[in-house]
Amino acid sequence: MDTPLIEFKNVTKRFGRKTVLENVNLRIYEGQITTIIGLSGSGKSVMLKHIIGLIQPDEGAIFFRGKPIARMKKSELAESFSRISYMFQGNALFDSLTVYDNIALPLQETTNLKKAEIDRRVMARVEQTELSEAIHKYPSELSGGMQKRAALARALITDPQIVLFDEPTTGQDPVRKNAILSMIAQYQRKFNFTAILVSHEIPDVYFISNRILALYDRQIVFQGTPEELENFDHPFMDEVINSLEALQKELTGLYSKRQFAMLNHVQLKRRTFGESYCIVVFSLKELHTMITKVGHDAAQEALRNMGLYIDKHFGAIGGISTRFGTNEIITMLPYSNLDEAENIMGNFVMDFHEQIMPAIQTGACKFASEGESVEVTILAGIAEGKPTATVDSVMNLAKSQQKEIGRLTCAAGGANK
Amino acid sequence: MTVIVNSPNGSENEAKRSLVTIVLRPFAFVGRTVIEWINKMGAVTIFLSMALLRIPGRKQLFKTVQQVYYIGARSITIIMLVSLFTGMVLGLQSYHALSKFGASGAVGSLVSLSLIMELGPVLTAIMITARAGSAITAEIGIQRISEQIDALSTMRINPIRYLISPRISAAIISFPLLTAVFDLIGILGGYVSAVVLLGLNGGVYMHSINTYVDMSDVTNGFVKSIVFAVIVATVCCYQGYFAHMRKDSHGAQAVGLATTSAVVTSCVLILVSDYVVTSMLV
Repeated sequence: MDTPLIEFKNVTKRFGRKTVLENVNLRIYEGQITTIIGLSGSGKSVMLKHIIGLIQPDEGAIFFRGKPIARMKKSELAESFSRISYMFQGNALFDSLTVYDNIALPLQETTNLKKAEIDRRVMARVEQTELSEAIHKYPSELSGGMQKRAALARALITDPQIVLFDEPTTGQDPVRKNAILSMIAQYQRKFNFTAILVSHEIPDVYFISNRILALYDRQIVFQGTPEELENFDHPFMDEVINSLEALQKELTGLYSKRQFAMLNHVQLKRRTFGESYCIVVFSLKELHTMITKVGHDAAQEALRNMGLYIDKHFGAIGGISTRFGTNEIITMLPYSNLDEAENIMGNFVMDFHEQIMPAIQTGACKFASEGESVEVTILAGIAEGKPTATVDSVMNLAKSQQKEIGRLTCAAGGANK
Repeated sequence: MTVIVNSPNGSENEAKRSLVTIVLRPFAFVGRTVIEWINKMGAVTIFLSMALLRIPGRKQLFKTVQQVYYIGARSITIIMLVSLFTGMVLGLQSYHALSKFGASGAVGSLVSLSLIMELGPVLTAIMITARAGSAITAEIGIQRISEQIDALSTMRINPIRYLISPRISAAIISFPLLTAVFDLIGILGGYVSAVVLLGLNGGVYMHSINTYVDMSDVTNGFVKSIVFAVIVATVCCYQGYFAHMRKDSHGAQAVGLATTSAVVTSCVLILVSDYVVTSMLV
């Protein structure tokens, strides 16, 4: 594998008598979204502050592109750190400055750009983060979500190569939480920076992360992809992941991908060999267009409501649903063959047109920002699988058979605008 | 080879040792406190030097002007009010006292010299400490505990250049100007009480000032006010900047205590340094 962008070797940090990090080893690669997960107070933010040089390790070394930070010259260190931006957990916006001044601050203080150029760059970021209306407001006059967006705009104003996000979704409702994560993923693709997130929003962060680092008992106990984490056998899984996933199920009604796989496995083992089951894959086809035209909040609200209604409908007959990827929801019907599943699906589509779609539409429109109206297609596909077949292969089959089951129209102020 | 045997001598030695420890404890405490003070003085000196070195710069000018407005211009009303009544009470007291010796003609010089050499610089510094110094500590302290200062570091903005230097330079500009305002209004206050209210001849009052007040008295007063400006701005900024390092409290409480410490320390240092500077100038 390539040289890591950032590497910790046996890093130990103590505050007084309390050891927060002990022999931490980790690797973060360029161009990826890496998420550090762990319980609150486990030292995740401390780890992030080591990367940007706000805290120095007591023992061990931190390497930046293979070079130890401690041995770098002052100019070299300044050059390395100038490529890093940090988004604080509490936003750390200057409360005596307006949103515009907060975003412009790094350019005003660290560059010799002319006022017109600073203005152009700030306005570009303001538009990208949907803050045009709040530009002359002070941070205390903004909602939590807008403050996060202002902090994000400030972090991105210098076009950094690495952005550190310290619990970017703290204190947000489920819709805004997913909207912020979706925004991070979108900007990461757009500006191609390396994102390092600290979060305990499990499993939501899995959808946007390339790599997961698990911090448990002062050490990094896992480094790998979200898929590899599913097969990780460690007390961390029981104590951290399970409890956070259970909370997630309570809040959203949907199972995590890992819980879904486990339930699948258990349900299928109960069936006698040879009996079939069905998988339905729902997709919100033009989710990215929707994000661009009416905003992250509206798109996430539509996806969340769709998940809730699907779970409500299929959960009543023993179906298990999970969010999969950024725009898909998967439902397993463990006791149904294809004919039965198609009948159930037929009923669902009727309900969907009569009740569910108007409700989703109204909910999403409430969060829509001013702009063009957008029409998105909802697709669904069913496939039957035998217990011996892998769930992934049945899901792929269901995806290939997807058909349109409805269209959502969304605009600020109402669907019929 | 050494053999350690538990003997009555051993316990006697231990008793002696603990007695010595008890006797030495106050000295150790004094030593520790002195070392802590020296450390702190060193830290404050380094802090001030770093801030002074970062005062020059085109981008600093606007921030300094802003701070001059905040520390200086917005303190004028309170300074004028305090100086007017200080001058009036000085005029009143000195008129009655000097009348007993038939020297009421010296009221003008007594009032003006008291104000220009002592009361003007000292009371101005104390009033600015109470009005602007406490606000500086609280503002910087809140910026510290809400990670705004850390945010500056992550944006490659030097927090001392951005937050501290403009305040120190603004204090150095504002203190002498406000002292001048204090002196003028105070002398006017003395005129009101001695001449308008008590009937002293106005010409005598002004002549006395003209005769006995030298330019060196005015300069010495300004020197004092610059010394006080450096002390007040440094103490208030330092207390706010390191509010998170306080051992006695955390968070909002630390900011509150830092503000109290800043005001008390500034006032004490103003009076102590007043004596030191006066003894050097006289």
